[in-house]
Amino acid sequence: MSLQEHAAPLVSGTQEQAVHPHRDDIASRMGMWLFLFTELLLFGGMFFLYSVYRFENKEAFHNAARELDTLIGTINTAILLTSSLTMALSIAAIQRNKKVLSITLQLINVAFGLVFLINKYFEWSHKISLGLYPKSDILLGMDKGEIVFFGLYYVMTGLHGLHVLIGMVLISVMTNFTIKNIITHENYVKLEAAGLYWHLVDIIWIFLFPLFYLIT
Amino acid sequence: MSQAAVIHTNGHPSYLDNTGKYKGLRSWIFSTDHKRIGILYLTSLLSFFSVGVLFGFLIRLELLTPGKTIMDPQTYNSIFTLHGVIMIFLFVIPGIPAAFGNFFLPIMIGAKDVAFPRLNLFSWYLYVSGGLLALISILLPGGPADTGWTFYIPYSVRTGTNVLPTLFAAFLLGFSSILTGLNFITTIHRMRAPGMGWFKMPLFVWGLYATAWIQVLATPIIGITLLLIVIERLFGVGIFDPALGGDPILYQHLFWIYSHPAVYIMIVPAMGVVSEIIPVFSRRTIFGYKFIAFSSIGIALFGSLVWAHHMFAVGMSDTGQFVFSLLTFLVAIPSAIKVFNWTATLYKGSIQLDPPLLYALAFIFLFSIGGLTGVMQGALAVDIHITDTAFIVGHFHYVMFGGTGVGVFAALHYWLPKMFGRMYNIKRAKVAFWIFFVGFNTLYFPMFVMGWLGMPRRYYDYLPEYTIYHQISTVGSWILITGLIIMFSNLIIGLKRGKKITEKNIWGGETLEWQIETPPIHENFVDIPVISSGPYEYKQNEPEYEEAETENGSKRGEGR
Repeated sequence: MSLQEHAAPLVSGTQEQAVHPHRDDIASRMGMWLFLFTELLLFGGMFFLYSVYRFENKEAFHNAARELDTLIGTINTAILLTSSLTMALSIAAIQRNKKVLSITLQLINVAFGLVFLINKYFEWSHKISLGLYPKSDILLGMDKGEIVFFGLYYVMTGLHGLHVLIGMVLISVMTNFTIKNIITHENYVKLEAAGLYWHLVDIIWIFLFPLFYLIT
Repeated sequence: MSQAAVIHTNGHPSYLDNTGKYKGLRSWIFSTDHKRIGILYLTSLLSFFSVGVLFGFLIRLELLTPGKTIMDPQTYNSIFTLHGVIMIFLFVIPGIPAAFGNFFLPIMIGAKDVAFPRLNLFSWYLYVSGGLLALISILLPGGPADTGWTFYIPYSVRTGTNVLPTLFAAFLLGFSSILTGLNFITTIHRMRAPGMGWFKMPLFVWGLYATAWIQVLATPIIGITLLLIVIERLFGVGIFDPALGGDPILYQHLFWIYSHPAVYIMIVPAMGVVSEIIPVFSRRTIFGYKFIAFSSIGIALFGSLVWAHHMFAVGMSDTGQFVFSLLTFLVAIPSAIKVFNWTATLYKGSIQLDPPLLYALAFIFLFSIGGLTGVMQGALAVDIHITDTAFIVGHFHYVMFGGTGVGVFAALHYWLPKMFGRMYNIKRAKVAFWIFFVGFNTLYFPMFVMGWLGMPRRYYDYLPEYTIYHQISTVGSWILITGLIIMFSNLIIGLKRGKKITEKNIWGGETLEWQIETPPIHENFVDIPVISSGPYEYKQNEPEYEEAETENGSKRGEGR
């Protein structure tokens, strides 16, 4: 924890230029973890709402969940889980100084994210074509518990989808950094941070999936 | 005796001198220097504060007589909403951490900057956009929000006023607050100078540390809650509105899960300021350093578990009420520990009654009144009687304004000479203080009385028997504003034309900010200091004060 420790270059053998004097990888990781905590709490608020409303409207939640397509949910779960693997592998690749491999894995990762969102798009448009969207007459005619279920469904999966999108943008920026040699096998903390974010997106989905699709 | 043995800073340009690639205003708004960002925050939040004071003044003026005095009821509703939103989200919550924390936290722990300087600047941009958004809502058709700063459901999804920009403003401000907290935690963990152990940190830093954790852990909840109202208003998604199956009481729980801890985001840094000022102006080591440090953490912990005491009249199980009442009583303990330790520090001290100490003492006095009336509300039976009355308004103004607001004033009088290298007029500062202090009590004390007698809060009109209290209170607001005008004009004149000071240690403090140049140089230290002793080690009956003012620091190093 002494100053010398963090002011001194964390890696020996610098390439073209000296390591930035203010660089502190541990601080960067700590900052990222704290940020992820806030994200968990953000979703935590919604999980809290979900559990209270589920407790209040057991029957309605049970019925409403039948409308969701378990197959498409399962496919999306598989996609996200696999993408976490490619994410982790891309970091492992850059650590071993395999730049091209790391870039390829990052691109595959972004592609997985895209497929996830495309699936989501079809899923939502199917719901909307059935008239299951906020303020629609069909939805307003349903039980109040079911209205809340679909309210939560759209908000939680929507906000999660937004996070997927942000994660894809983040990783694309990292890919650009890797191409430009800003991320190297000696300085990959940015890629790690993006990876942590992506895993968070994955973990939140792992909870959303059973809560909305599996418990019926 | 001071914290660092030797600090050389001679001959380096001060942070106020322009050395970067930008000139003029841009050298400030694009700066990642924590000191410049601190001043950006300070100027912006004091500007918002003056807008808030103006709205407060208008509320009091309206209440001078029963019935209509100067505005119609709808305007009145909007004005008290804006007063609350501006004062809470734009002044007291960011107040001390964002302005003085940014400026002094890195200096006090012997660092050159915070851990993430660019993030720091970004959080100021978020803050300013949030502030402007809140103000823009005044100009948009439909009028500003009239929900009160609590945005209670279902009214906040049904009213036709501009709730959306205000909600989104609060969301942005919350995000800004999270980023500041995250930055401070990392800075304190990673960037303390060699020898600066946890228990050698100044108590202000401890206060900021506890606050930063509350910011990081509580703010996301309000973020998502306000966002959900935005979504509910925009798309009609059923979340809280009972017509769509929602539960408005659930909203209140989620709101207070953040907003009660937020009260401690507001007060704990102010307590840190007081803990800095008291030992310096009584020339004594702080009494019970560890107790004060841990009581900040204690407040952060207990403070997160008492939110439902805002809802005793809303409807809750008896067990729930009992538990929350008990926890509310418990949270008074760490606050009282601080108050007793401060008074114990003053005992037999060599007290120098300069403006910073006057404000610190006012803090103790006013905060004690505010705190004790808070304990009264923690008692279930009493609370039913005073819920939603002017008593509550009096209570939180004593805590928030008498506590945090006065804490900001104390910090201004204590640190401003250090920040700008110019001294204000001490005599005028004292006059302003007394006018402010008298005005404050005249303004807010009658609220306790009329609240106890049954005057509801937020009401536009009132029965004639409350007239006298309202009139005393309104006159008090004029006295208070007079005091504020004298105080700020004195400070501003001091900054422009006050006596130039170059000595490092004008008050005789022992913490690191008093061992560096006035005003501080770029990156604060040429060489990172090595810390050898605690932050408040005054030797009694020694002319420490004069000695501390000498230029050469090496003499002071021998003591330890």
